Amino acid sequence: MKLARIFLALCLFFSAGALSAADGVGPDIPQATGEPHPEGNDYMRRWHMEMLKHDRDLTMYLGIRPTDSSLAECFECHTVKDEAGVPVTVADERHFCRACHDYAAVRVDCFDCHRSTPADFDEPAPHAMILRGPRFRSWGAGDADVLLAYLSQAMTEPN
Amino acid sequence: MSFRMPNGSEVEDRPTRRDFFKSGAAFATMTLAPGVTLMAFGGSATAAVDAGKRWGLLIDTSKCAEDCDACVTACKTENGWEGHGEAERDVQWIRKVTLRNKATGHESSMPVMCQHCESPPCVDVCPTGASFKRDDGIVLVDKHTCIGCRYCMMACPFKARSFVHEPVTNQKTHAPRGQGTVEGCTLCVHRVDAGGIPACVEACSATGNGAMVFGDLLDPSSEIAQRLAEFPSVALRPDLDLNPGVRYAEI
Repeated sequence: MKLARIFLALCLFFSAGALSAADGVGPDIPQATGEPHPEGNDYMRRWHMEMLKHDRDLTMYLGIRPTDSSLAECFECHTVKDEAGVPVTVADERHFCRACHDYAAVRVDCFDCHRSTPADFDEPAPHAMILRGPRFRSWGAGDADVLLAYLSQAMTEPN
Repeated sequence: MSFRMPNGSEVEDRPTRRDFFKSGAAFATMTLAPGVTLMAFGGSATAAVDAGKRWGLLIDTSKCAEDCDACVTACKTENGWEGHGEAERDVQWIRKVTLRNKATGHESSMPVMCQHCESPPCVDVCPTGASFKRDDGIVLVDKHTCIGCRYCMMACPFKARSFVHEPVTNQKTHAPRGQGTVEGCTLCVHRVDAGGIPACVEACSATGNGAMVFGDLLDPSSEIAQRLAEFPSVALRPDLDLNPGVRYAEI
């Protein structure tokens, strides 16, 4: 019963996600430029990762570079610009990918290695030292004390 | 139907974009036996990897100027890597090395990078299959499957691989690189696939030294094969019997 309810909630969640954000339900998807995908948006929402995964292997192992799907190609149309007209990186919550992925709380790790902006453009320096969350924080002064305090507390108070 | 890539990933069947663009490349897969797939390519999207080729480099150390690091600079610019002033952990896809003969005092200077071995130890030890050799002899890291264990760095006798310690931003589109993965010389695979030559070789010619030659070792009419046939050359660490694709002359 509980499982069924979770399933129903998930169904509602994803169908809501497919709706336009104009009614306040679902993510606010940034406007893209260029021609729409001939497959339709529903297809792209469901399969974009499979398409990228498929073609990345073709490129990596067989050297086929003019593939149907590539991240670089995504950003030719799906680029959000800031007030100064500069494309924002994934560090900015307005980034195209983050619109849905933040909403669905799914962290993408594509951009640990790949650039999140169009090619041949220098990402501005303020974006350089960020990248989401404590995972990317370097060990700093005072961190040892915080960790020790946490550990001693955890050990003295079971659960 | 699904098909399996060499890294073990399986791509499930789905309506492909190719169904929408019938005029595009024809791509057919046929399952011969469980886990064995025959892939055929037609149309415009032919594989750039040709198993009939073996890409290699010939480095003539007598032409390599000791104070010149044009190849290293070109590699950094092309692939977007740089040091952070910490020699012990900075990445190095290519480095300049000076060899000194202790008996005679003779010194020779040369660039050392991934030697693109025929039997690469880095591939032998990789626990995830991320370290692999393309059919045309180029040894690469598939960072999608690399877990950053650094066994390959231990195994490589040339210290050709580096680990990325810092978060990376502003990468080149053709050279993705990121924290927690191992990387090394790719022989500028993106250029080679497009019919070009590696950035280091191009930069070396531009300086006028012309110490580096790139080409197909298996093609007897290529410049590299002819020079290898005509003049003596050595592999680094020939005792290991790795048959590297990078050869050195006049050491």
